[in-house]
Amino acid sequence: MRLASPDKWIRWSRKVLYLWAVLPLLLPVLRAQTSAARPAREIIAEAIVTEDTDKQKELVASLAGADPDEVTYWFAKWKEGEIYTHQDDAGTSTAVTLEGGPDAEEKYALATVAAGKPLSAADGVAIRATKDDLYLADTDSGLRKVMKGVTDRLALSSADVAKRLRAVEDTGFEQDPAKLPLLEDLLKSEQNGKVKAALTQAIAITKLRSEDLAVRKAAVEELGKMGSIASQDTIKTVKSEAEAAGQTELADSCNRALSEIAAHISRVNTAGTLFRGISLGSILLVVAMGLAITFGLMGVINMAHGELIAVGAYTTYLVQNLFSTGIHMSPFGLKIDIPGMNLSGTGWDCYFLVAIPASFLAAAGVGLLLERGIIRFLYKRPLESLLATWGVSMVMQQLFRMIFGANNVQVGSPSFLSGNWTVNDVIFGWNRVFVIAFAGLIIFLTWAVLTKTPLGLLIRAVMQNRSMAACMGVRTQRVNMMTFAFGSGLAGLAGAFLSQLGNVGPNLGQNYIVDSFMTVVVGGVGNIMGTVISAIGIGMSDQSLQQTLGDPVTGKILVLGAIILFLQWKPSGLFATRSRSLD
Amino acid sequence: MNTPLAGKTPTILLAALALFLVVVMPALNASGAISDFTLNTWGKYLCYAILAIAVDFLWGYTGLLCLGQALFFSLGGYMLGMHLMLMIGKLGQYKSDLPDFMVFLGYKDLPGFWKPFYSFPFASAMVLLVPGLLAGIFGYLAFRSRIKGVYFSILTQALTYGAALMFFRNEFKMGGNNGFTDFRFILGADIRAEDTKRMLYIASAVALVLIFMGCRWLTKSRFGLIQRAIRDSENRVLFSGYSAANFKLFIFVISGVIAAIGGALYVPQVGIINPSEMWMDKSLEAVVWVAVGGRGTLYGPILGAIVVNYLKSWATTEFPDYWLIIMGASFVVVVLFMPKGLVGLPGQIRELMAGRQRRRIAAAEDELLTSAAKTK
Repeated sequence: MRLASPDKWIRWSRKVLYLWAVLPLLLPVLRAQTSAARPAREIIAEAIVTEDTDKQKELVASLAGADPDEVTYWFAKWKEGEIYTHQDDAGTSTAVTLEGGPDAEEKYALATVAAGKPLSAADGVAIRATKDDLYLADTDSGLRKVMKGVTDRLALSSADVAKRLRAVEDTGFEQDPAKLPLLEDLLKSEQNGKVKAALTQAIAITKLRSEDLAVRKAAVEELGKMGSIASQDTIKTVKSEAEAAGQTELADSCNRALSEIAAHISRVNTAGTLFRGISLGSILLVVAMGLAITFGLMGVINMAHGELIAVGAYTTYLVQNLFSTGIHMSPFGLKIDIPGMNLSGTGWDCYFLVAIPASFLAAAGVGLLLERGIIRFLYKRPLESLLATWGVSMVMQQLFRMIFGANNVQVGSPSFLSGNWTVNDVIFGWNRVFVIAFAGLIIFLTWAVLTKTPLGLLIRAVMQNRSMAACMGVRTQRVNMMTFAFGSGLAGLAGAFLSQLGNVGPNLGQNYIVDSFMTVVVGGVGNIMGTVISAIGIGMSDQSLQQTLGDPVTGKILVLGAIILFLQWKPSGLFATRSRSLD
Repeated sequence: MNTPLAGKTPTILLAALALFLVVVMPALNASGAISDFTLNTWGKYLCYAILAIAVDFLWGYTGLLCLGQALFFSLGGYMLGMHLMLMIGKLGQYKSDLPDFMVFLGYKDLPGFWKPFYSFPFASAMVLLVPGLLAGIFGYLAFRSRIKGVYFSILTQALTYGAALMFFRNEFKMGGNNGFTDFRFILGADIRAEDTKRMLYIASAVALVLIFMGCRWLTKSRFGLIQRAIRDSENRVLFSGYSAANFKLFIFVISGVIAAIGGALYVPQVGIINPSEMWMDKSLEAVVWVAVGGRGTLYGPILGAIVVNYLKSWATTEFPDYWLIIMGASFVVVVLFMPKGLVGLPGQIRELMAGRQRRRIAAAEDELLTSAAKTK
């Protein structure tokens, strides 16, 4: 849908262009039309000075088709006592507002409500008056009721779908039978599917107040069929009333409807859990993907993997600042001041698109240094690479603390990642949808790099048999370096994403390191597909256990226990690499 | 193993050191030459040394790198801690028979499993039994399915992680986040009195010496030979008809129990135990002590535990901002350049010197040959 919009835009802008071309021809016609439909403020000005209350109500009610913003603006002013009437010598009243502050004589400049122009006497001199010279335009409860009706009606036909939706829902809960014809009327002309559904629901909820037993029963049944969560409480009230009045049939259909709604709620919850499970799995997957390469393929236990994730997250933070107010830090007594671009809105939103490759490159660079400086000496001693990289992770954590401070830093979400998407009462957060899509992209990229590129061929050759590959003339040192940098870069990408989902702090990586090692081990070391399946599996079981137990920690402990037992059954993970060698 | 201190001298040296730790230090403290604070700090170091021996027995001698040894250490501490909590009696903040945290969480009665801990012998037995049993079950599962090497390390890390999460919960009835603290009495003596502290120190020193001797005896026996054989080539051990899994299980349990003894001695000396003691980095720290000291020897871990912790307390006060960097960097250096740790350093230097000499001789020979070739 989003992809189709540019086309639409082009079409629209063309239409506007045509309109510009024919506008001069249309002008006389347009002018004629505007004089026919008077602006809302003129009508309001007339209503204010009208003495006859019935005529006044009629005028106000006639505003039901006018510009909603203007009407609400003037109604608010009227109700809050900011509009006065000025009576000139001839006895004609004009509705006015006070302009600016009082002068030395407590006099104010006046502007007419009808046109917003300064009020002037017959000789053209602007009139100034004190508050005592004017009459306050007040409203009585009858008038306010009419005004409320008009604003409700206006909200119901608001051009903004979200506003319209809320207005429809509110009207439904009022359960005012008088509004039924209006709602039914709107339903006929409504185009938007969501608003249509809301209208149907509002009509049914309103009908629950109906005098007619059959109508009430039909409404209950309809709400049940719709699985309307919003109407649950109202149906409960109807049910208790029906039970009190001995209307067993109605009570029965209430019960049926309630159980249908309950079933719908549990379906919604299940779908929500599934979605959260998949999104948690995707986060695990993005985090573990880098590990699947450095640990799974290369056999290097990189305890600093979590810190590489943090490198990615902090890079995102820096890029964000570069797009807004700039980078101002003073680590180790050095003063760093990089002016920012001071962007906002869409320009600022774009920072994330820059941050993604930047975080990949930054983490890959750090990984490259790590491989050249330390890890390449430890390929034959995997347990020791664990210790050395743990030392590195301590150093890096402290460096983060010294550069960025011990507290979490703020990383904002671009507008296209905030907000959500509701389908059939199931809420899909954009950021989570994005993570899932991104995880898919990363799997695809990794798979493509490993199987479709010359580098991938070399990587696989070196990982399968390092000395044999070296004999064939592969520069294994270089391949190791590139592979490790690639794996580290993936960790950086994970960091960019985690910055959108949670806090960014020096300990960011620590929270994920155990989980991601588990993911790789369960998936079967050296197998990317296994990592994918195990990440989704662990994410799903974590979320569903959390849902059923209602306690995240117990769920986590159970998952860890389950993993230990799972490895009893499949000691080398889901997909074991078969080999005849005896370690 | 090439032990640089092989022969009769080390036995005498070690005996002298043991005597110094067990007798001389407390005597100096009693006479006022060593402050109470110093003695208490050394008592802590000795407990760490016990933990380091446990790690080394498993890693240095058998090749099993366990990243969960701090779990057994703190389990031992928790078991004794339960007894100490009950010994506070009505002297707690809430003047109740229940430990403070239980009153705080609204418990009316002592949970059933706490009741036997009024007895000191029971608590001491639990110090050995609970970690031993946990090590037994986990080890049985892990070794039966032939999980080894790196996977074993990662699994033990997961075990520790899970356990720490559990202890952090209040519902686990073990004090949650805050753990146990404010101990008053141990075996009827005031735990904060100088004499008690000295006795605790002596107990730690004696325990360390006994554990050292026990491990030394084990590693020098045929058992130790199989232990090292498993480390160097597990498959050959298997093919020679030994059940490697059973041996490993036994070693794992022993190591867990040793760590637990260290923890039980540690808790009354520092006066607090909480779940952060079993967090993953604590286990890794213990592994680093062993790596720094020198694994595959028994005095190496003791040396490592004392040196690293001394360095840590010095660096945290002198360079509070940089100590993590100093520590981290020194681990990297030790792993890269000193695979045998501090203990192996003299040997390494000797080898380096010998190597340089050999090269010099080789160069001189080369020169002679070329000049001889030229004169021809």
